[in-house]
Amino acid sequence: MSDHINIKLPEGSIEKQTTTLNLGPTHPATHGVFQNILELDGERIIKTESTVGYIHRAFEKIAERRPLYQITTLTDRLNYCSSPINNMGWHLTCEKLLGVKTPKRVDYLRVIIMELARISDHLICNSIVGVDTGAYTGFLYVMQYRELIYEIYEEVCGSRLTTNMGRIGGFERNFSDTAFLKLEKFLAEYPKVQQELEDLFARNRIFVERTKGTGAISAERALNYSFTGPNLRAAGVDYDVRVHSPYSSYEDFDFIIPVGTSGDNYDRFMVRNSEIWESLSIIRQAYQKVQNFKGAEADVYHADAPEYYLPEKGDVYTKMEALIWHFKIVMGETESPSGEVYMSVEGGNGELGFYLISDGGRTPYRLHFRRPCFIYYQAYEEIVRGSMLSDAIITLSSMNLIAGEMDA
Amino acid sequence: MPLANDVVKAKLLDQFGEVLTEWDEQYGMLSFTAPRELNLKVLNFLYDSNELSFKFLTDLTGVHYPDRKGEEFCVVYHLHNLVENARVRFKVYAPVETPDIYTASGLFSGANWMERETYDFYGINFVGHPNLKRVLNVDEMDYFPMRKEFPLEDQTRVDKDDEMFGR
Repeated sequence: MSDHINIKLPEGSIEKQTTTLNLGPTHPATHGVFQNILELDGERIIKTESTVGYIHRAFEKIAERRPLYQITTLTDRLNYCSSPINNMGWHLTCEKLLGVKTPKRVDYLRVIIMELARISDHLICNSIVGVDTGAYTGFLYVMQYRELIYEIYEEVCGSRLTTNMGRIGGFERNFSDTAFLKLEKFLAEYPKVQQELEDLFARNRIFVERTKGTGAISAERALNYSFTGPNLRAAGVDYDVRVHSPYSSYEDFDFIIPVGTSGDNYDRFMVRNSEIWESLSIIRQAYQKVQNFKGAEADVYHADAPEYYLPEKGDVYTKMEALIWHFKIVMGETESPSGEVYMSVEGGNGELGFYLISDGGRTPYRLHFRRPCFIYYQAYEEIVRGSMLSDAIITLSSMNLIAGEMDA
Repeated sequence: MPLANDVVKAKLLDQFGEVLTEWDEQYGMLSFTAPRELNLKVLNFLYDSNELSFKFLTDLTGVHYPDRKGEEFCVVYHLHNLVENARVRFKVYAPVETPDIYTASGLFSGANWMERETYDFYGINFVGHPNLKRVLNVDEMDYFPMRKEFPLEDQTRVDKDDEMFGR
């Protein structure tokens, strides 16, 4: 494996002067299953070779024989730190293909859930950067507040991590009062904690010296490497799918895109922090808008699309037609147009794209996931070349590499 | 002013003429096909032209159409002009006997792994790629699993031991 990455020494050299080190595939600092073969001169990295694919699950192949609804569960397992965004992205793709228009209330509920997911994603990343610089407390402390987010998921869809949330056209049920109460609790309690997390790190001398100037990438290189999301924004490019191609009524919200300047670990950390504040503001706006719906509109939680939206469970058990429709929809026997759709959403790590080719059959002809992690991880070698081993580890966590999203 | 699809189309036709085919605007995204030997010329033109400047490679992937004789493999590029916020989809086809396509990794560093992935799953040979080897599957694999001739397991098969596979 390693003879082609060892440095060729001139004839007559006595011994190899560099050290080969395997970082991963199971190493606590990789936070996922992937390997980096590092060639070290002392503590300085001369060359790395990345190996991914340890948890490759052939989702794209599996998707070729699954009807649309059964693919939602596959998307859960891409970036499992923010699976609701993946679910919504997939449903939005289906809606684009099928031409389903969602009511405004559904859009706003989706925005609430997606922004909660973004917060939980960024929260993991930022607190893990803290862990890798030696501050474990922050991570353990914020976990109990991520729990509040997971409780909201649980109230909305019944599960926590792999949510399988929503349907084509909306949600499986209306948000309960408890869900809104939990949302209010989160909105009331969380900002203080976020401020504490920031105060702990943002001007902490140890943290700043470990992160500033390490793991940097310029805007040009980041664009050339097809970076998206917080990693691109930290390099100073204000590209955000929510603003560039608004979906789910993001155009109704007032928020800014935080950008960094140098694209280093510190900027990535700060950009994610600022995005959490923006997300909180978006959630408040969305919750306000949801509360403004009155009368019958206040109970709308799905589009009127009986051909794609599963009928009420009560009807399925008691009515023949509903049972037939339920069966047809689950088995993918409803009409779907043939065509090619590219739909993208702003996932926790960047532009999460779905390229769906449908030939009108019950399953996609081809489905490709544009996984931001997979695309930006290839820049890792260039970013860490010449840096210290300990900086490379922080870079790994501050880029927020999620193995599930890398392998698909 | 956003870059309209017909402006992009006119510019491309102006430069390359009738060799660009299969113009389409499904769901608002301009899509076209070029002969495979022109793929780098088209990508470079889209990248360099001041008016178009599609400088961001969003996605690169492959598709297998076993029924299209002589053009079984399709490589799909999704390009994005971030300034004007315009997207374009660009395809080239290659036959299964000689699935050779010039690599875009010289133009876009991000194409490196995307092409490796496409090679890994479809066996499309990206000519000039610096490190064309499998990225997600094991190195020893001797077939290309996303090709349509490899069906997924038949879910009704009975020759498996239920106790072992939990069903």
